[in-house]
Amino acid sequence: MGSVIAFWILAALVVGSAVGLVVRRNPIHGALFLVVNLGGVAALYLMMHAEFLAAAQVIVYAGAIAVLFVFAIMVLIPGKEETGPDPLRAQRWLAVPLGGFLALEIALVLRSTVFTTSRSPATVPGGVEAVGRLLFTDYLFPFEVTSFLLLAALIGVMALTKRKAS
Amino acid sequence: MLPLISFRAIAPGMALAATACLLLLLDLLPTRGRKDHLAVVGLAGVVLSMILSLGLWGSDERAFNGMVRLDGFALFFNLVIGFATGLVLLLSIDYLRRQGMESGEFYILVLFSAVGMTLMAGAGDLIVIFLGLEVMSLSLYVLAGWFEGRLEAGEASMKYFLLGAFASGFFLYGIALIFGATGSTNLDRIAVAVAGGAARDPLLIIGFGLLVAGFGFKISSVPFHMWTADVYQGAPTSVTALIATGSKAAAFAALLRVLLSALRTVQPDWAVLFWGLAVLSMTAGNVVALAQQNIKRMLAYSSIAHAGYILVGVVAGGALGGGGVLFYLLVYTFTTAGAFGVILLLERDGREAVAVSDLAGLATRHPVLALTFSVFLLSLVGIPPTAGFVGKFYLFGAAVRTGYVWLAVIGVVNSAIAAYYYLRLIVFMYMREPEGSPTVLVPSLPAGLALAVALWGVVQLGVLPAPFLDLAQAAVIPLLR
Repeated sequence: MGSVIAFWILAALVVGSAVGLVVRRNPIHGALFLVVNLGGVAALYLMMHAEFLAAAQVIVYAGAIAVLFVFAIMVLIPGKEETGPDPLRAQRWLAVPLGGFLALEIALVLRSTVFTTSRSPATVPGGVEAVGRLLFTDYLFPFEVTSFLLLAALIGVMALTKRKAS
Repeated sequence: MLPLISFRAIAPGMALAATACLLLLLDLLPTRGRKDHLAVVGLAGVVLSMILSLGLWGSDERAFNGMVRLDGFALFFNLVIGFATGLVLLLSIDYLRRQGMESGEFYILVLFSAVGMTLMAGAGDLIVIFLGLEVMSLSLYVLAGWFEGRLEAGEASMKYFLLGAFASGFFLYGIALIFGATGSTNLDRIAVAVAGGAARDPLLIIGFGLLVAGFGFKISSVPFHMWTADVYQGAPTSVTALIATGSKAAAFAALLRVLLSALRTVQPDWAVLFWGLAVLSMTAGNVVALAQQNIKRMLAYSSIAHAGYILVGVVAGGALGGGGVLFYLLVYTFTTAGAFGVILLLERDGREAVAVSDLAGLATRHPVLALTFSVFLLSLVGIPPTAGFVGKFYLFGAAVRTGYVWLAVIGVVNSAIAAYYYLRLIVFMYMREPEGSPTVLVPSLPAGLALAVALWGVVQLGVLPAPFLDLAQAAVIPLLR
């Protein structure tokens, strides 16, 4: 029962943030909605006991790619033309106590016994070992083809940008 | 446990991939901007891949845990893709230099897209079909916008990329839903699940619908055809030929394999769907083509109509319909690559001669070229003794024999409508006088060779089609077991 309720909350969060990503005009807000969306999907993975996928989702997508998006938007859109003046200036002072609260939270989590579980994280069903085994046995061929796909994408990007420079 | 690693099963694709990687290195040699040698080495790779396909003829194996299939079907399509890629390489050599857009990456990307096409033709798993589709598409997106700085080129590349990305999204979502319904992405295991009662699962039906949307985009069938005219017009003409022949053949290969091997038990259900798509594509393609003044746009709508004709064979299904589809795709590859090859040799006032009126009086100044173009156009109409007639005859014949008489009737009526706009080009070449400066032919030895091969194909398949038809029908048999 609990997992069903959690699923519906997460599903609403994921769909809602996806809609928000599409309808917001401000690209920064769009990028932040994307982070929420990717995080929600990671939580859905966790509910299906795909721990490794969830971690990879957070690290690669919510972490690296979303940050890259935000950087690109910041660099490509100069000044405040797109974003306009900050309408929530008054809320800035909240950042200090909220930041302190977050630090406290992290400290509490770290002090708890979450990381002292006896199970090795590698051997759980959705863990690194299971994914790795599948990737290098049953899905060996698609795995190799993916690397070829990345090579094609690399050459395509080079072909597009090289001639612009010359 | 490790799956069966069989380099035999992927040898034709490996030959293309290895050649592409070799070209990457050769591109670094200092040759003062000349890149002809890359096209020649690429062509050698294509020929090697075709020889390997012929050498493996008759094999029927599965490798890499069912991800790859080596059977007559895959090998037949490898040959079609080989012809398409080889002709495009030959056509591109002088054309690119004339346009001032010669670069080694062009030939490399053509080979990469060919690798993607062979992957699609030999895939035994939806994941591999998707990856092949992406390898092919990513290369074609870049190639479509090759004439950088021209407005139509940007439009072509952008439209193709955005709509293509949507289509890929639909396709992938479809795979996910089918996996949800059947528990596998492997075509054999999907077939077992469908026969075992998963056919009525709404997940499977929605997933299959999304899959059809993805395929419909690549074969440019109505209503997924919106990109076709703009991309065909804006892309370099040799790339247009590749999109029209190779990528369409590869998409049909994957579609036919999914339908005939994974969903054969529910054929009456999907036949209704493709009946509608075939009628829409034939009719809309031909009617809109009537109004076109730009030859490349006209051939784009003609290609939509031809997707409709080929879908007639898909509806008929079985060895007869499937064989008809394979044969027609071979015919269509020669005919269309030839037609685009002729256009790419013509110039007027220093720009590409792509307007219908540019053809006026061509027959008096370049009789051989005009005659060659006429043969390709007659094959597109489907007039004997060209290959197009035999191809259409077998497609519509298969429809009649499987009981889809009305579909065949609509197809024949459409061929009659289509005759108008193809024959109009011939009328312009033979019966009109040019206004203003005449259209000139830019001679090119490799392109001439390509046209000769395409002409041979159209005549050979039109006059002596029997051995090729037998091959095409035999190639479908492994799917039906």
